[in-house]
Amino acid sequence: MSDTPAQSVAFVRETAIPPSPAPANASGIVKWMRDNLFATWPNALLTIASIYVIYLILAGTMPWIFNGVWNTNSLAECREVLDGTVGACFSVLTERWNQLLFGFKYPVDQYWRPLTAFLLMFAALAPVLFFDLPRKLLIITALFPFVAYWLIWGGTIWTPLFALLGFVAGYLVYARFVTQSFAVGFFGGVFAAVVVWIVTGYITPMLAPEQPLLEAVPSRDLGGYMLNMMLGLTCVSLSLPLGIALALGRQSSMPLIKWICVIFIEFIRGVPLITLLFVANVMLAYFFPPGSGVDLFLRVVIMITMFSSAYIAEVIRGGLAALPKGQYEAADSLGLDYPQAMRLIILPQALKISIPGIVNIAVGLFKDTTLVSVISMFDILGMIRGPILASTDWNGVYWELLGFACVVFFVVCYSISQYSQWLERRLATDHR
Amino acid sequence: MTTIPDPQGGTFRLSMLLNDTRYRSMTLQAIAALILALALFYLYSNLTANLRAAGLNISFDFLGAPAGYDINQTLVDYNSQSSNLRAAIVGILNTLLVAFLACITATIFGVLAGVLRLSNNWLVSKLMAFYVEIFRNIPVLIWIIIIFTIMTAVMPGPRAFRGDAATSSMLMDLFAFTNRGVYIPGPYFTRGIGGEEGSVVNWLLVIGVLVASYFSARFMTNRANAIQADTGIRPNTLWTNLAIWFVPLIVLLFILGLSWDIPALKGFNFQGGIKIGGPLIALWFALSIYTGAFIAENVRAGIQAVSKGQTEAASALGLRGNRVMSLVVLPQALRVIIPPLISQYLNITKNSSLAIAVGYADITATLGGITLNQTGRAIECVLLLMLFYLVISLLISAGMNVYNNAMKLKER
Repeated sequence: MSDTPAQSVAFVRETAIPPSPAPANASGIVKWMRDNLFATWPNALLTIASIYVIYLILAGTMPWIFNGVWNTNSLAECREVLDGTVGACFSVLTERWNQLLFGFKYPVDQYWRPLTAFLLMFAALAPVLFFDLPRKLLIITALFPFVAYWLIWGGTIWTPLFALLGFVAGYLVYARFVTQSFAVGFFGGVFAAVVVWIVTGYITPMLAPEQPLLEAVPSRDLGGYMLNMMLGLTCVSLSLPLGIALALGRQSSMPLIKWICVIFIEFIRGVPLITLLFVANVMLAYFFPPGSGVDLFLRVVIMITMFSSAYIAEVIRGGLAALPKGQYEAADSLGLDYPQAMRLIILPQALKISIPGIVNIAVGLFKDTTLVSVISMFDILGMIRGPILASTDWNGVYWELLGFACVVFFVVCYSISQYSQWLERRLATDHR
Repeated sequence: MTTIPDPQGGTFRLSMLLNDTRYRSMTLQAIAALILALALFYLYSNLTANLRAAGLNISFDFLGAPAGYDINQTLVDYNSQSSNLRAAIVGILNTLLVAFLACITATIFGVLAGVLRLSNNWLVSKLMAFYVEIFRNIPVLIWIIIIFTIMTAVMPGPRAFRGDAATSSMLMDLFAFTNRGVYIPGPYFTRGIGGEEGSVVNWLLVIGVLVASYFSARFMTNRANAIQADTGIRPNTLWTNLAIWFVPLIVLLFILGLSWDIPALKGFNFQGGIKIGGPLIALWFALSIYTGAFIAENVRAGIQAVSKGQTEAASALGLRGNRVMSLVVLPQALRVIIPPLISQYLNITKNSSLAIAVGYADITATLGGITLNQTGRAIECVLLLMLFYLVISLLISAGMNVYNNAMKLKER
């Protein structure tokens, strides 16, 4: 039809033009800044305001930090060295670090003990926090409380050993009878453990050597950041099983059990922790048998555990409620009884859902352990406000000490919350 | 469909108490009740034995006895001869005051930070993330003490304001920030009813006018809605509403002769105006900035919970930006934000008990602190203290339930 051959077309490009680079203001850092910092006029103003705020913060703190003095013996010497210039007096940290970390009464030559316990804690927590590690490592976790107790408090080794023996006896009885019925196994185990503890309770004083391997340290000598960590770790681990029990109790179809749990949970959640610490401090002793002399540390642990277990129970209840009803029905239709259904089907899923909430509670609880300074226990804050700031050498060194407390708490809490986010991503089995 | 019923009738055997589903829950509950009763009895007998050994009894008579200590920040009349009950009431009012103030400012901080954290501006959103992480991960008690230290150790003393070579000066000649507290101008009425003593009446009058304005403004808005529903044209209510809010108030304040009492340095200290003590400021500011970080996260989660399709659908219907926000996004986001927000308010109220660490006279510091130590009535004081917080908590949760029921998606 057409007789125009190819040469009538003046030019046909056979290769694609190589892409030319984007204009300078639409690529690279310039584009990024235009998009993210100066997109609109108000945005640009906000950016400038933010830069100013950052400048103010840095200008206020950086000279102070970098001009800091690390090796003097008192604030007066510090001021002499600084000679009127702005600078921090970090020597309070180098001189009093031991008090900040261990309290002022813990024997100085025994610091290796809590330190060892602290390092062991990582080994004990690792298999709990990271599932990929071999399950056998859980043995370390199981042994850790007893070892740590012995390391920190010292005294006769028989106390933690017999406590462990009780648990072992309980577990053996449980493992023997659980195939028959969970209730028989559980209560049999508890009974066996209690029997072992009562019997060994009579034996321990006889076996206690005159000179124990590790010098005994009474609870009231514990202090510093160590006290915060001990309270946090102990109370969270104790309140987990209690919280699960309370959450299950609150879901129970038995009205009496349900109402006991509801009243307990709502009561504890309705009052501030500090009133519960008052209870531990001035009231709880009245409820123990006369002359039993339960020490303040244990009383505080009891109250904080009750406190956190109520909150954990609510988180777990949320997890239980979030499970589809089909899971409960499926467990029933398989013919599982209540303990089996809970152990094998419901709780593994419900706990998985509740992990972020539980971690939140744990972080909150760890922060709340500073409240014990109000009832005159010398945790890190109690040490700062009490012995250190009141001493003639360091009267007036507020910011270095409070900054140190901020840093140690921030490091721990931020790591825990990062771990929780990692775990959440890790456990997300729904494919999105 | 067949079901296998539990065997009916027959003879009752003891093993059926455990094995028969009809009786098992009864058995378990009976056991639980027995254990509970035994535990309570055990605790009670220990308590009575201990009290007897210590020569104490349970009695609330101490509430009527003179407290014998001074409180520096009070909302009602109080002196050291007032009763312990009066001191407790002062404490309750102080608790409510700081909780109320902190709730308002925490909401402002939280909403600002939460919205800004979602900003397109990279720097601003990172700055807000920094704020949230820093404040969430450090105990509130440390924040309270830090701000209290700023208030007492960094602020200049009243002496620094004196003379020609004053090192500090009052902000705009109205506010004085000193280490003894912050002094702000205080309003008073020159032509008030009942002179100096009747000043409460004047404030009630002002509140009454504000309430009346609120209802009138609501009436106007409802009428505008009705007209819009009838005719499709919405009458402009902006000016009438502004007039309803401000004209009566200004007229009333003018009649009463509103005037400001400006603090001034007299002798060794500032006189006049309203003094806000350092402990109150520390507690107020620390609680609001700490809780603000949590509220920011709630606000962010709430806004992100509204799916993008909602915004797009609203735009497709032709709504403008601000109407999309107020009519579509906010109502849905609020449903997510409000319940955690209220539980943050509850947290503020409970955390205000940390006042005892900086010496602010809230209920924990008066009833649970000084009164407890002076009278030695530990059990009574702690019980009353818990009762107070429990009542507050239950009231707030009741309010939250009412709100949740009102806001619940109406499902059919």
